[in-house]
Amino acid sequence: MPLIAKVATTASKTAAALSRAAGRGDGSVIGGWIGLKIDPDLLAHLSSGRAVALVSGTNGKTTTTRLTAAAVGVLGRVATNSFGANMPTGHTSALAKEGHTPFAVLEVDEHYLPQVIEATRPKVVALLNLSRDQLDRAKEVAMMAQLWKVALANHPSIKVVANADDPMVVWAASSSPQTTWFSAGQRWLDDSFVCPESGHPIERQNGDWWCTGCPLRRPRPGWQVEDEGVIDPRGDWHLVKLQLPGKVNIGNAATALAVAAEFGVRPIEALPRLARVTSIAGRYAQVDRDGRNIRLLLAKNPASWLEAFDMAEQAPTLLSINARDPDGFDTSWLYDVDFSPLRNRPVLITGDRAYDLAVRLQVNQVPFRHVQRFDEALAAVPPGRLEVIANYTAFQDIRAELDRVN
Amino acid sequence: MSTESLRIVWIYPDLLSTYGDRGNLLILAHRAAARGIPVETYEVRSDQQMPTTADIYLIGGGEDGPQALAAQRLITDGGLHRAVNQGAAVLAICAGYQLFGHSFFAKGAKCQGLGLLDITSDRGVTRAVGEIRGDIDPRLGLPPLTGFENHGGRTHLGAHAAPLARVTAGIGNDGQTEGAWAGKILGTYSHGPALARNPAIADLLLRWSTGADRLAPLDDTWADRLRQERLEAASAV
Repeated sequence: MPLIAKVATTASKTAAALSRAAGRGDGSVIGGWIGLKIDPDLLAHLSSGRAVALVSGTNGKTTTTRLTAAAVGVLGRVATNSFGANMPTGHTSALAKEGHTPFAVLEVDEHYLPQVIEATRPKVVALLNLSRDQLDRAKEVAMMAQLWKVALANHPSIKVVANADDPMVVWAASSSPQTTWFSAGQRWLDDSFVCPESGHPIERQNGDWWCTGCPLRRPRPGWQVEDEGVIDPRGDWHLVKLQLPGKVNIGNAATALAVAAEFGVRPIEALPRLARVTSIAGRYAQVDRDGRNIRLLLAKNPASWLEAFDMAEQAPTLLSINARDPDGFDTSWLYDVDFSPLRNRPVLITGDRAYDLAVRLQVNQVPFRHVQRFDEALAAVPPGRLEVIANYTAFQDIRAELDRVN
Repeated sequence: MSTESLRIVWIYPDLLSTYGDRGNLLILAHRAAARGIPVETYEVRSDQQMPTTADIYLIGGGEDGPQALAAQRLITDGGLHRAVNQGAAVLAICAGYQLFGHSFFAKGAKCQGLGLLDITSDRGVTRAVGEIRGDIDPRLGLPPLTGFENHGGRTHLGAHAAPLARVTAGIGNDGQTEGAWAGKILGTYSHGPALARNPAIADLLLRWSTGADRLAPLDDTWADRLRQERLEAASAV
């Protein structure tokens, strides 16, 4: 490593430690920011000599990254950005903090994937899904797929692990000669009715899909979710025991197993490690307070709200919505979510944009009560489970109330 | 389609539904039902024939490719033209608003529109993203418009279309005016579920299509709070 990179690495670690000690944050961004100021190529320098896997997509990135890091951990130490800081500053912090490790598994923001591929020269790239997310500033879905497609075409030696159920992902990955397909299901279909290649409608039947105007169609997956387990490319079924709720996390586990297999890890070795993952940067965390068992679920966009409703138990539920910079300023996505699964339970709402949510719930015929603060919500529900579903900064606000629970 | 109910068509949700556009359909249906008006809603996909006898037609926003495809199919189908000529009411949002005009730009090419609104659209230098607010044409008798806009287009009005509003915050058509209306057609860049923040526009569409001079008032406590909050937020920008 060049001297400047060593200096930058030390400065990065110091700043991150100071940030944590001052209680200002996880230190997962500031350290990388300072390191990259000193050495703009620091991420490339820190990546060299490591076998790197990148995980990107609209949803499930953080969880899949955590599960993948756990699986690859069978082989040795793994550096990973486990706090969900998924831009180059976060990657730089994570690699600097861990020192030299043979492996790195990094969650990457969709927009930054081409840039991070250039810097880290990964062995494997996992592509999860693409759907609408913060459209006031995010690139539209088809443009994002195009961005990925070009980046992968430039690096044919990368092994791509991609979701066969998402036409946008399949099209993006079609430029790569080495793709392993997984099937984890696609609950959200509204962003892939039109073929990105030909512009013709996409037909769907029993989990299969095909373009009506060109050869693009669902590839045969090597890895598949079936019941509470995963079928590997040899056809063997493995029971997946997780502490994380929901069918969607079995899909995330399938992806993690597929990525780890590219490193030579067998499912039977990885599965016990996946079973030990309890919560991820506060997601799925459970906190006991005043006789209430609070469970935190993060939902950032329509697809992940549907998944959160699937995971949430039939219990009082607090919804919190903000529209700050990391969330996107536009709340129109509230109408892409059907909140009717919440009709038969007490619903509380809060957050900067609670009024947007109030109007949405009224139209959706979901009774609710508005509270100004988190402790007001806590006092309003009986002892027992309180499910909390919040979007990004609202989730962080509530996590801060609960002493930054991980 | 029955003739006893209010019939609302959502045009091509498979192509133009990028920003919670379903909200407008849900809000119209909700506000009609709350007045005891029976409602039938139809989601007409781009591979289906466009009904010609509905009362209200909604069309939403979307990306360039689907926008151009939607315009092509609507021109070929012809059903929407017949419905409008028979006096149907229309709410057209963003990409859907543009394609109601004579022409618009998608993927760098000029595309033919439906020609049902006397407007043309081209590309602006910058993208217009953020809160928008405007004073609606006094002839419509509505409170100020509040919305969120996100578009790269600029729209120019001909002699046969009037601006929906004068912009007091945001960009809209060109920084001065926002949206357009003519007869019973309303177009706006206030995207996605525009009616959530502007229930008075929903009621205008309901009055146009039922012929009622006035509708029973609804409890709009939450919508009013939302409107007040967003109108103030637009001022603060």
